[in-house]
Amino acid sequence: MERRYLLGNEAIAHACLESPVDFICGYPGTPSSEVVDILRMQPERNFYIEWSVNEKVALENALGAAWCGIRALCTMKHVGLNVAADPLMTSSYTGVTGGLVIMSADDPFAHSSQNEQDSRMYAKFAKVPCFDPGSIQEAHDMVRDAFLFSEDIGLPVLFRPTTRICHSKGDVTLGDLRVSGRTGQFNRDPAQYVVIPAHTRVLHKKLNGKQASIKERLVELGYNKAEVRGRDAVIASGIAVSYVSEIIPHSTSFAKIGAYPIDEAWLKEFVSRHERVLVIEELSPFVEEEVLQVAGTIPVFGKKSGNAPYEGELSPAAVGRIMKSAGFATNYDFPVANYPPDAPPRPPILCAGCMHRAAFYAIKKVFREGIFPSDIGCYTLGLQLGGVDTTICMGASITVASGIAHSGEKRDVVCTIGDSTFLHTGIQGLMNAVYSNAAITVVILDNRITAMTGHQPNPSTGITACGVPVPPVSLEAICRSCGVLYVETVDPYNLTLMVNALKEAKARPGVKVVIARHPCVISARRAGISRRPYDVDSEKCTACGTCVRFGCPAIEMGGEKAVITDGCSGCSLCAQICPSGAITPGVRK
Amino acid sequence: MKESYDILVVGIGGQGTILASNILGEACMIENRPVKGAETHGMAQRGGSVESHIRIDGRFGPLIAPGTADIIIAFDMLEAFRYSYYLRPGGKIITNRRLVVPTSVFMQGLPVPTDREILGRLSGYELCVIDAEGLAKEAGSLLTQNIVMMGAASQFIPLKTESLVQSVSRLVPPKTLEANLKAFELGRVAGSSC
Ligand code: SF4
Ligand code: SF4
Repeated sequence: MERRYLLGNEAIAHACLESPVDFICGYPGTPSSEVVDILRMQPERNFYIEWSVNEKVALENALGAAWCGIRALCTMKHVGLNVAADPLMTSSYTGVTGGLVIMSADDPFAHSSQNEQDSRMYAKFAKVPCFDPGSIQEAHDMVRDAFLFSEDIGLPVLFRPTTRICHSKGDVTLGDLRVSGRTGQFNRDPAQYVVIPAHTRVLHKKLNGKQASIKERLVELGYNKAEVRGRDAVIASGIAVSYVSEIIPHSTSFAKIGAYPIDEAWLKEFVSRHERVLVIEELSPFVEEEVLQVAGTIPVFGKKSGNAPYEGELSPAAVGRIMKSAGFATNYDFPVANYPPDAPPRPPILCAGCMHRAAFYAIKKVFREGIFPSDIGCYTLGLQLGGVDTTICMGASITVASGIAHSGEKRDVVCTIGDSTFLHTGIQGLMNAVYSNAAITVVILDNRITAMTGHQPNPSTGITACGVPVPPVSLEAICRSCGVLYVETVDPYNLTLMVNALKEAKARPGVKVVIARHPCVISARRAGISRRPYDVDSEKCTACGTCVRFGCPAIEMGGEKAVITDGCSGCSLCAQICPSGAITPGVRK
Repeated sequence: MKESYDILVVGIGGQGTILASNILGEACMIENRPVKGAETHGMAQRGGSVESHIRIDGRFGPLIAPGTADIIIAFDMLEAFRYSYYLRPGGKIITNRRLVVPTSVFMQGLPVPTDREILGRLSGYELCVIDAEGLAKEAGSLLTQNIVMMGAASQFIPLKTESLVQSVSRLVPPKTLEANLKAFELGRVAGSSC
């Protein structure tokens, strides 16, 4: 046994190697991505691993593998589970033979997400067990146990860490790595795997029949545990367990919930021994509702009583406030300290030389009055450049654009979508737009990588998750085969060509596609490509501010004149737009 | 009451706050002490404001509560100011002298914060200002600024210098080891006069 300081996702990945797992897939999404990234980078791989094109595809792949008796892991972020919800809801009917763990990482406070949905609801909806770790060590141990549990009960298991587990760090005790030696074998069993009505009705009944024993088994496993120490009781789940542990007095009872469904008899027994109960959990009142069901006349404090928030993430200080407001003792009083309101914000920004900035600049130039639906990726930061009017979920740029165009709106509709997002769920929208004869311009921002989540390869990159070269998918061929007549590929670093392609698109009817292609500057830098940085000639600079408004983080206003810092990656865009010709290539440093 | 020594490392996405957190965590492993931490990944890493929490001897959650950090290590002066409310009374701020003005300030024509203004706003704290850029240059690589800062902070952190040096040696790319060790030492000397 080894102790190491690890990121939560590293500990989770390590647990997969200890299990060991045979089949790994997923779609990148913060805060889940590092698990597959770490596993695919292993020098020795005794498992199959892929980055799938989307979460539904990933889960169905993993399900197929688990039906062949091998252990499979499928990772995604919480909103990815919406995409994979279709196979999830019926995979509980069919069950699995090999262990299947679905990791859906939740993001309370939406650090890097479009919403704060609670994956535990999906587990309840699909009637599968759910593990909800309270610490990194527990996350590690749960993953290891989840595969065994999945095999025991013959159901997929949902594993739901949150951002503060995935992206926290701590000392973790690890187990030994193992090699499984399993190979998949499919045993034909239509009554199990073909969900025609006659089969599915039987399977549903079977699934419901398993529930009682699942609850008992989870208490036996020790992930739901309670200590009676006084008349007041706090019940916490997930990361809140860690926060409560820090400040709960020894005279207050404490129940830690780490797995669902909760055994009602066990819960009722614990609750009934107290005068007051406080439930502390992030997001939905999921545990709280269970507690309310069994509490009878015992007062239950939590979200429904107004003591705890329904939104955002908890913190030690927030937990302290909740306990105080409900009249529960704490053994530490957090000071009141507030963020300085006049600190200028530092929001994330597209990198210096990012192709997206160049593309947005050209789009705004050609379509001054346009409407700009967009999508999910680094380019969502085009919001700061006025190039993003809507985002809702993966792939929804083209579809929302079609809807707006068909609504009777007269202005030009120009949507942006990244290469990975287009391949994830954009293609159907494009096909539909052509089929329904929408008048829209689609700009595919093709930087050949899934950048936002940490630069994972995708089918347009031309390599697999393990770095094996494969033929890259042709975005042009996909668009043409959907029936798009105008498909033009340009390098957005060349402003003139980019503007011309967009003007051409503007003049044509129907669906037009401009593919703006240039490698992401970060992946280019990693590949050893460097460009000569640019300099401002302060004699020629008239301080007009054109380059500063372009928004490149390597351009500053140094006193009266613009200056270029050592962050410049040499895209040349500022030089192309400077009306005084004051920006030119500098000396290579 | 608090049993952990709580360090907040703050900076701008891409400045190496994560490596700094790893160095502290690894040093705890070397000394066989428990440690917890939390950090920013994802979108904020694109040039946004980022924070790493490290709790030496921490046994509970990863987050430090505002008003309770023992020390703040800031890779940028504006970030030192932004997160100063995390410091406990009597705590210390070790900050890089550099101030990178957020691009949005220029784009939106907001008032540009100056070094003097920010230093003024921090004057109520025990402050140690380090010329990380100058010292990193002296060490042989501008990329070692984060290690300079760790060296300076090592004067105050309850971890042995040997553990931190060993940790740096384990974590930086072998090719850059010499410059990083020099950077650590230069930072350490600079920190001693705070
Ligand atoms: S990581 Fe790549 S795609 Fe993302 S902002 Fe930077 S250059 Fe652009
Ligand atoms: S050339 Fe200009 S726009 Fe491009 S990265 Fe350098 S400073 Fe920024």
